[in-house]
Amino acid sequence: MSIHLTINGIPVEVEAGTSVLEAARKAGVRIPTLCYHPDLKPFGSCGLCVCKQEGSAKILRACATPCAEGMKIITHDDELYEVRRTIIELTMSTHPSSCLTCVRNNKCELQKLAIEYGVREQPFEERIRERKVDDSTGVIVMDPYKCIKCGRCVQVCQQLEGVYALDFIGRGDNTTMSPAANLPLNSSPCIKCGQCVVHCPVGALYEKDDVGKMMKAIHDPTKVVCVQMAPAVRVAIGEEFGMKPGEISTGKLYTALRRLGCDYVFDTNFGADLTIMEEGSELVDRIKNNGVLPQFTSCCPGWINYIEEYYPDLLENLSSAKSPMMMQGAITKSYFAEKAGIDKKDIYSVAIMPCTAKKDEIRRPISAYEGGDVDVVLTTRELARIISQYGIDFENLEESEADSPIGEYTGAGTIFGVTGGVMEAAVRTAYNLVTGKELDKVEVESVRGLETVKKGTVDMGGVSVNVAVVHGMANAKELLDEIREAKKSGKKVPYDFIEVMACRGGCIAGGGQPIGTDDEVRTMRSNGLYTDDEKCTLRRSHENPSIKKIYSDYLEKPLSHKAHELLHATFSEKPLYKD
Amino acid sequence: MSKRMFSDELDAFINTWAGKPGNLIMVLHKVQEEQGYISREAAEEVSKRLGIPLATIWGVVTFYHFFKLNKPGKYNIQVCLGTACYLKGGDAIIEELGKEIGLEVGGLSEDGLFSLEAVRCVGCCGLAPVMTIGGEVFGKVTKDQVKGILDKFA
Ligand code: SF4
Ligand code: SF4
Ligand code: SF4
Ligand code: FES
Repeated sequence: MSIHLTINGIPVEVEAGTSVLEAARKAGVRIPTLCYHPDLKPFGSCGLCVCKQEGSAKILRACATPCAEGMKIITHDDELYEVRRTIIELTMSTHPSSCLTCVRNNKCELQKLAIEYGVREQPFEERIRERKVDDSTGVIVMDPYKCIKCGRCVQVCQQLEGVYALDFIGRGDNTTMSPAANLPLNSSPCIKCGQCVVHCPVGALYEKDDVGKMMKAIHDPTKVVCVQMAPAVRVAIGEEFGMKPGEISTGKLYTALRRLGCDYVFDTNFGADLTIMEEGSELVDRIKNNGVLPQFTSCCPGWINYIEEYYPDLLENLSSAKSPMMMQGAITKSYFAEKAGIDKKDIYSVAIMPCTAKKDEIRRPISAYEGGDVDVVLTTRELARIISQYGIDFENLEESEADSPIGEYTGAGTIFGVTGGVMEAAVRTAYNLVTGKELDKVEVESVRGLETVKKGTVDMGGVSVNVAVVHGMANAKELLDEIREAKKSGKKVPYDFIEVMACRGGCIAGGGQPIGTDDEVRTMRSNGLYTDDEKCTLRRSHENPSIKKIYSDYLEKPLSHKAHELLHATFSEKPLYKD
Repeated sequence: MSKRMFSDELDAFINTWAGKPGNLIMVLHKVQEEQGYISREAAEEVSKRLGIPLATIWGVVTFYHFFKLNKPGKYNIQVCLGTACYLKGGDAIIEELGKEIGLEVGGLSEDGLFSLEAVRCVGCCGLAPVMTIGGEVFGKVTKDQVKGILDKFA
């Protein structure tokens, strides 16, 4: 049913349930917001989106007011301007004006509002409370000193991630967004997904900066710096240099990394192809030999953290395959090191990731090489910062190729970065493993797109495999409860293979990606990866010549003893609260 | 954590309320009634039993002044820091308690005898500065009197 209303006299027609805020956008009117985010249910805490109806003095919050037939909305007049300006000034009076040294300088919503409203002086007395920075995780830094209490991080952690690491603690002036019992974030159930970071309007939440570690290794002549980059980075980093979301900058990234001084440039997409060989073989093995089903994907460390804390009883369902990043790291320090005649001790292995949880993942005791298979993880945002600092004109950079023999990738590897991609890539190879034939149509449309839970059945030469794909950690709960119940009561679980990614949309919208992600940006970045896939001549992991070579020369076959040593891991139960 | 966190009565109470809307506040009230405060352990147990995340419970107990997060001593000391008492030196009393028996606001003395709370107005501003111990009111307290008052309870 559609509803008709006017916004500042401009007629608009919207679907029932549309908020006044969205209707205004349709009419080309932008109402300022601070607490609202399109990923979240309206929360109505900031009051910036105020508007009113013609002939009524009542003030409405546009983000939380649904449109009704015949409404005549006014979004801008002198009174509303004053209200908004006062809110901005009051918010600023509780916020330090240290923009110059802030990680979000230029990408801060409060700063934008101050510019827009031309705030030139501070009419209210400053009421800034000193608060301690919490960097206990070594991954996510919380600086409550800069917090404007919009509440988005709490909403994200609860609504999108279902983790409940954060809540509003205390009341009034003393309120903070923090874990229970004054605990540091690292003792809470936080899964390090970083979604709170990318949703924070200001610089109160950010990634731990590890740029210095990488540059130190680059400047150390005894170190051979090998770098890998995840699929999702290539369709997002351009945004930091004024390019459109989804533009593919693979070749430019390789060049930029070389210019920064990396000795070898590899690609996590190769690791993704390798993951498919191992994880796909594991799935086929479980299906053929009555193993524990469904098998869960294991490439997302946010999800691994979650299952270890919240569903440890389902850990036997988790694939033992390491993530593409960890596999890539392991073969860099084994296969590649041996081939190139480099001592693995001298290799410094860097991973560029769209993800904050990856910084946490490398600390897990799962590396094949004792010193760690990946030495440092930088997010997309961190890499973009060094590229700018080194004066590299990214947009106009010439393209180059990744290094052999662990840089080549197929279309299956590149779609790992988007929800449904791991599933689709696995199906392309598992079909071959089961039937010995190739799928005619490689695209698995049923697992694409932003629907939160996608289910389908894939026919593998007479064997039908029931699959499900879920993204946004909170959306996994229902599915996991269903599986838990079925297992408890000894019923058959109606799924064989389940892909889980902690971030909505998958890694393309990870916690390490450029700020400003919404569903439109998610779709554009996803399309970028699907285009990258289409452009590949080879679109099935098992067709990758470098993959064939690593098995014939080194690993023998998927799930071999050597493969297990290097490419598989075990995971174990963790308490929700770790003191 | 000991298995017997709560009394039978409290256990039964939680079981009756589990699954019913609005149960959290009821249960927390009962926990505080029985244990005198809401400990981290008790909150974790309630979290498990009611299936409510600990962070949410912590949000609730820190929102309502009614809930206490610290173990009360045998005698709870309240020192008023309302305007009148503050002006007349309420904070000097708190300072003196710190010196005398190492008490901090929100803390518990080593022997478990006294706990200390700062409050806003106990309703007898004429007697400022005021402190109460175990419900007994002491007015016009000077810091030299503090030790003597404490001795009555020791
Ligand atoms: S990183 Fe993820 S889990 Fe941790 S507090 Fe932020 S949103 Fe919650
Ligand atoms: S930390 Fe950021 S997202 Fe969270 S309440 Fe503060 S300003 Fe908002
Ligand atoms: S979905 Fe991707 S970006 Fe998000 S936590 Fe998982 S691995 Fe990291
Ligand atoms: S945006 Fe509507 S109240 Fe904050």
